[in-house]
Amino acid sequence: MQMSSIVKTTADILFPFILIYGFYIIIHGHLTPGGGFQGGAILASGVLLLLLAYRYSESTQIVRQVMMKTLESTGLLLFIIAALSAMVIGAGYFFNWLSPGGFIFGDIVTYGSTVANLNTGGLIPIMNLAVGIEVVGAISVILLALLSGIKEKI
Amino acid sequence: MKRKLSITITILMIGMLGVIVTGLTFGDPGDHPMDRYFIENSQQQSGANNVVTAVLFDYRGFDTLGEAAVLFTAALGATLLFRKRREE
Repeated sequence: MQMSSIVKTTADILFPFILIYGFYIIIHGHLTPGGGFQGGAILASGVLLLLLAYRYSESTQIVRQVMMKTLESTGLLLFIIAALSAMVIGAGYFFNWLSPGGFIFGDIVTYGSTVANLNTGGLIPIMNLAVGIEVVGAISVILLALLSGIKEKI
Repeated sequence: MKRKLSITITILMIGMLGVIVTGLTFGDPGDHPMDRYFIENSQQQSGANNVVTAVLFDYRGFDTLGEAAVLFTAALGATLLFRKRREE
């Protein structure tokens, strides 16, 4: 069975907007509600839309399982490396050493309701990005594994 | 007999739930020094405006590492369960 062209066109139009919204949720994780897990789930829902709208053989041309496995492993490795990187300056595991410095993501935040500044947070945006990559990879791998069982039917 | 027993258990469960729901107080949690500390200090200490993210990725970073590991293991198990078999 194949989905109608209405479903395919809607999926094609909606897919980039879902990606943009997911990346927005991930990148603004330290300013607004949301974060790596939530944004990664939104990105994976975009992947699911493609998987449902097209045939298994067509959609796996775009969403390859090897790519998603690589994303998953890269996200977890990046998270652990970001946590380990505090040991370079002699601090403990998971110490937020980028936060007060003037480097990337290093602006100072004062107490109270301040204007949202994307260039704050230290290691937190990097970890958000790592967790987001890991979540989209993991959920896509699970979806591809589940869908591979019914690939002859659809 | 079985029907009567199931109806009795259902009524008992609903009664217990009613006792729990009406017995607890809502909307007025007790003041805890830990909450006040996170609200007052997390912005300067972690540099993130979102206190929830500051707790999740800074104060409780090990917990997030465990969550990520759990998700990784779940994907590993799913791929292991649905792998290609030899006889196909």
